[in-house]
Amino acid sequence: MKPKWWHCALIFALLLALLSPLASTSPDGLERVAEDNGFIEKAHDALFNLIPDYVFPGIEHEILATILAAIIGTLLIFGITYGLARLLKVKGEA
Amino acid sequence: MHIPDGFVSAPVAAAGCVVAAGCIAYAVKTTNKKLGEKEVPLMGVLAAFIFAAQMLNFPIAGGTSGHFLGAALAAILLGPWAGLLIMTCVLAVQCLIFQDGGLFALGVNIVNMGIVGGFVGYYAHRGGTFLSGGRKRGILISGGLAGCLSIVAASVVCAVELAVSGTVPLGVALPAMVGIHTLIGIAEGVITAAVLAVLMATRTDLLGLKKV
Repeated sequence: MKPKWWHCALIFALLLALLSPLASTSPDGLERVAEDNGFIEKAHDALFNLIPDYVFPGIEHEILATILAAIIGTLLIFGITYGLARLLKVKGEA
Repeated sequence: MHIPDGFVSAPVAAAGCVVAAGCIAYAVKTTNKKLGEKEVPLMGVLAAFIFAAQMLNFPIAGGTSGHFLGAALAAILLGPWAGLLIMTCVLAVQCLIFQDGGLFALGVNIVNMGIVGGFVGYYAHRGGTFLSGGRKRGILISGGLAGCLSIVAASVVCAVELAVSGTVPLGVALPAMVGIHTLIGIAEGVITAAVLAVLMATRTDLLGLKKV
């Protein structure tokens, strides 16, 4: 099968996912405002945890755990959004 | 700007869920049977790209980080309603699988980053493109401004939600949120314009899709 344009785009997204261990771990804009103004402790813990903080649980190596989480997320989101879009596509088009 | 549970009050969280659910239902109705052969895979890869890019926090001033949002980009390429569906998929997976953004706060997060970010980005880009007469440079500059404005607008709404919830006074939250997110918004604008420039050079057909 000849690769289509969006195969390349998906591979590009997966390459970005490989870079995820390089991301800054500093608090984001909202967290910074919450810390500076004393309401960060109002944040509740999550009701359940699957892959918290984008680190796949149970893997000692943090870089690998982060990359694995990123790849799973990227593929999962591609699948869900592609599937949803297919359900909404024009009738009669492949 | 993913709000965790506890930052917004129950009424604000509930209102966010109602508004988000209503808009998503309308988005499904509006986009139904309108997505063509190119739009379907584009929605998938755009969502995947936005998720991966959102993980790449970059440092901004004073020990703070920011990340790309992508709502403006999605809305510019596919229209605000299809863009909202993309952002909803991203935000829902981030919330449910990665515990980024609270479960009860998912509605307000979709309102801020999906609806406000997407619609402000979309109309800012359309306005800018119209004013510049549709020239290439105008389209790119409009895309950059749209990206920046989408972040600032989302941060304004986020600050109002925090204030209405009684978490922090508006006089404190508004300047703090807008200040930081103007910096993050500049990066958003640069990335948005860069993606548009790449598409302009390689796949102009993806820029000319019908906006839903």
